[in-house]
Amino acid sequence: MDLAPLFISIKTALLATVITFFLGLYAAFWVIKLERWQGLIDGLFTLPLVLPPTVVGFFLLIVLGKNSFIGKFLNQFDVSIVFSWEATVIASTVVAFPLMYRTARGAFEQIDYNLISAARTLGMSERKIFWRIILPLSWSGVAAGTILAFARALGEFGATIMLAGNIPGKTQTMATAIYSTVQAGKRDDAYLWSGIIIVISFVVMILMNYWSKAQKKAKTTSNER
Amino acid sequence: MSIYVDIKKSMGAFSLSAEFEAGNEIMGLLGSSGCGKSMTLKCIAGIMTPDEGRIVLNGRVLFDSDKNINLMPQERKTGYLFQNYALFPHMTVAENIAVGIHGSKEAKKELVREKISSFYLSGLESRYPAQISGGQQQRVALARIFASEPDIIMLDEPFSALDSHLKWQIELETVKALEKYTGTILFVSHNRDEVYRLCKRIAVIEHGHMESIHDKSEMFASPNTLAASKLTGCKNHSKAKKIGEHELYAIDWDCSLKSEAVVPDDLKYVGIRAHYLVMNVGENIENQLKCRVERVIDDTFSMMVLVTSNNSPNVKEEIVWQIDKELWQEICRNGLPEELSLIMPADKLLLLR
Repeated sequence: MDLAPLFISIKTALLATVITFFLGLYAAFWVIKLERWQGLIDGLFTLPLVLPPTVVGFFLLIVLGKNSFIGKFLNQFDVSIVFSWEATVIASTVVAFPLMYRTARGAFEQIDYNLISAARTLGMSERKIFWRIILPLSWSGVAAGTILAFARALGEFGATIMLAGNIPGKTQTMATAIYSTVQAGKRDDAYLWSGIIIVISFVVMILMNYWSKAQKKAKTTSNER
Repeated sequence: MSIYVDIKKSMGAFSLSAEFEAGNEIMGLLGSSGCGKSMTLKCIAGIMTPDEGRIVLNGRVLFDSDKNINLMPQERKTGYLFQNYALFPHMTVAENIAVGIHGSKEAKKELVREKISSFYLSGLESRYPAQISGGQQQRVALARIFASEPDIIMLDEPFSALDSHLKWQIELETVKALEKYTGTILFVSHNRDEVYRLCKRIAVIEHGHMESIHDKSEMFASPNTLAASKLTGCKNHSKAKKIGEHELYAIDWDCSLKSEAVVPDDLKYVGIRAHYLVMNVGENIENQLKCRVERVIDDTFSMMVLVTSNNSPNVKEEIVWQIDKELWQEICRNGLPEELSLIMPADKLLLLR
């Protein structure tokens, strides 16, 4: 049996998680500081979470396709995004992004604003404040967002199949492989891929729960004198 | 070293306007909660932006709306002590202090060591804020501010979240720490006693409006506005109008009073402190008010007797009379008196504009 979908899925989900991690953090940090248009931009960033993934995939196809501005530009360098492995990463990133963005934003907003004001009056640069104050203080929320983003990226189907297709050995992930196997009547393979996805997602979630419990425990003990 | 502030900022229900100058001193900003005192400090620190105005610290322009100058908080060199101290909970005491120091690693270490010892924090270097007491936390916050070498120090209600027995201790420590600082210190509080003990000059803020700046002894002896009078703890006020050179009519109490001081033409209120009221036992003399007892409150060291004027039945304004507990027991020996006659001494009236 060909294990390519497993490796493609893991590779895609990991890379998409890394990109989402930084994009989501940056977007969350940027949005909470906005004084105008906050609601609008927040809505825009959250949209991929509530839209059918096929709609997201369709829009990505329009924006990145051969006839689009970006597609034409990339074509000059013989690069085509549609139906490439990179397309799976882009699709997963866009769909996982809102989860990272929203959890990070929630975690940032929990921080006592006086701490950030104090850091500013003490002369810390905005970059230092982000890496040394905001991120450590919102770490458990950020980690939760990262794990959710990873799980979502791993299970991404709709946008992927629209933008990257379902090419075995190239863009076929576990999620799209299940679709093919069921269509081809290979029930056993469908069971196998479904099982693998369930196990990975479940293990990741359980690890997250244990980890956040351990974090809470560490926090309460450090509060005791 | 000095600061000049002249700012305006709209704050929803009212607008803040503050104008003052301070030198090398501890200046108090006294006002009730939500009056805009903290906002003033935040505008100086650059955490908030005023709508218009000018802030100059030691000759450096921090903010000038006409010239479009608005320095980042990082560039302002202001030390801000928050009510909850705002220590970084994930950093140790030493790390917290080191945050505001710029320079080489060695210089940082040296300065942290010096602050640790001068703020009596030895042995606590590697503790986290949650593991030390409130007083120690405040010393860390002050040490952190001193280490960043600010041009001004601002204290935002530093004692208001503390229990009263802790508060005294921490206040003494703070005063000791602040003695080392030679620049300007602004102290914001709603507590008149704190302000009186810590500051020489006091600015009163009421509903976003900075009323007046006084020397503290002058302000407590003769406040000249209703807000200042209330903040200095005077409990009895009545609307008033002038009726003679030394005579006024107290509208809410429905009586005319003689004043030793000359009554100003723009008199708006008259006030009398609860402990300056005296009971009249002899014959008819001036400034006396017949009243009946409405309620008696047993306070920690004295009795608070709430009375209303008997002059006219429409007057419902309660007057607070503070009296020694033993004296009150003496008065009540034959039961609560039906009617009392209180004197408002002519030399004790506060004439407010």
